[in-house]
Amino acid sequence: MITTSGLTKRYGRVTAVDGVALRVGEGDRYGLLGPNGSGKTTLVRMLLGLVFATSGEIEMMGEPVPRRVHRVLPDVGALVEAPGLYPHLSGRANLAHLDAAGPGGRRGRRARVGTALERAGLGGVDARPVRAYSLGMRQRLGLAAALLRTPRLLVLDEPTNGLDPRGIREIRDLLAELNAAGTTLLICSHLLAEIEELCTHVGVMDAGRLVLQRPMGEVRAPTGLVAVRTPDAGRVRALLDGRVERHDGERLLVRAADAAELNARLVRAGVRVLELRPERRTLEDVVLSVTGHGSDRPA
Amino acid sequence: MIAVELRAMLRRPRTWASLLLLCGLPAIVAAFLAVTGIAPAPGQGPAFLSAVLSNGTLYPAAALAMDLPLFLPVAVAVAGGEAIAGEAAAGTLRYLLVRPVGRTRLLAAKLAALAAYVLLAVVAITATAYLAGVLAFGSAPAGALSGTGLAAVSLSGTGLSTGDLLLRVACAMLYIGACMLGVGTVALALSTFTDAPLGAALGALAALVTSQVLVSLDAAAAVHPYLPTRYWLGWIDFFRAPILWHDIQRGLALQAAYTAFFLALAWANFATRDVTS
Repeated sequence: MITTSGLTKRYGRVTAVDGVALRVGEGDRYGLLGPNGSGKTTLVRMLLGLVFATSGEIEMMGEPVPRRVHRVLPDVGALVEAPGLYPHLSGRANLAHLDAAGPGGRRGRRARVGTALERAGLGGVDARPVRAYSLGMRQRLGLAAALLRTPRLLVLDEPTNGLDPRGIREIRDLLAELNAAGTTLLICSHLLAEIEELCTHVGVMDAGRLVLQRPMGEVRAPTGLVAVRTPDAGRVRALLDGRVERHDGERLLVRAADAAELNARLVRAGVRVLELRPERRTLEDVVLSVTGHGSDRPA
Repeated sequence: MIAVELRAMLRRPRTWASLLLLCGLPAIVAAFLAVTGIAPAPGQGPAFLSAVLSNGTLYPAAALAMDLPLFLPVAVAVAGGEAIAGEAAAGTLRYLLVRPVGRTRLLAAKLAALAAYVLLAVVAITATAYLAGVLAFGSAPAGALSGTGLAAVSLSGTGLSTGDLLLRVACAMLYIGACMLGVGTVALALSTFTDAPLGAALGALAALVTSQVLVSLDAAAAVHPYLPTRYWLGWIDFFRAPILWHDIQRGLALQAAYTAFFLALAWANFATRDVTS
């Protein structure tokens, strides 16, 4: 779906994006993470033909970008940073304006706008101008704009910005549903939990470079430790002798290759186990281990 | 896309507010003149104003002369400066471009909307001024100034028939429209360089003020024929008998050159520029 090679963007002396080789497969849910100023947005803008690369190649849906970007964009829905809306128009009028600006005719416009609003949870929106909208409503309207004409690829920058927990959940479900129907997702965020929950692939940017790009399953590999909760913590320590890495009240962290075997052994010894689970690396650990400070905190 | 931009222009409250202001000035002046009956002496104040007391049908020309030096160029520069920079500032530019709207197409649509706005403004000023003029001063010919059966008097003193006058007013409107489009394209070009619509408008106005100062400066006589505002008042020559074509032709050619240059500049910049707004 998206392939870039050696993609670089320099603004004067600053290298915003540095030799990025991004690979997003058809049907992926790709989460792009990275601290502020790591080049996520510049990368996305280059994919959309808004910013021109200093060097490197981009191919989207088999077409070279930006040379043939006009062939690609009709199948792309995008939310780049904040939604851009005309404050004096209603939500419906905003979408109708965008729809009319794109290719395709007037026929079915009302239905397309209605469907997009419905999907973004704004089905009951009235004729108030957008200037009266709350942050969350604007965000939903931006999403609705991206969903116009059911794109094959959705590029979303911070899609749940400004939404309340229920709204975040709704949008996540919506995105999962769209993905199940075949839409590829590329989501930029610095909300790790959101990416962890939704995405099948992760890319991490730091200081303009793509420092990690892997399927989520590999990123969240087991750490070789098993978390055990038991009221008989003392007996476990005695039993396992030296394999307990950490001990905090009822909770223990035990080095063990096979959690099932550990469990069987504990039970055989008559240890009462409340909870036992192999520990995986969290996305947060991984991201923090490969990234530095963001640009919002000058060294 | 042109239709989309035209509709957007017509739906913008600012369009109507600016038209109201542009038409309001001549209406206020007409009210004062009609109440007091004190007209400026010939050769003083805005062109044509001395003649309107005797004949209201000439008031559209007087109204154009009032709005031309400052009001109209400001309105057009603001509209032109808004074109691209306004979309950038509102954050809508990137969404239009990824819809996708080609950059050249967007620029062409913005230019069309700007031209439509200029035309709308000039027509609105003329129409409301005609109404105000006829209401305030009547359309009856004043015997002292014009011959029998003639509605108005040209600046050179000979009479003009109503049809002839309307034709001349229409020509003047188009000429002024062309001059204003020149201003608009300067603002449009600057609008592709910045994300601040006010900055683009101010830049265009700065160019105009500079031009107007230089036009009045004898020391700058060498560059006078090339200054954008040099032939702005050329439309007055439409009301002379016979019409003096020299300044009109020079003015149109000059505006065409400026318009073409700044359009090319706008296109060259916008088509190759990173959109980071």
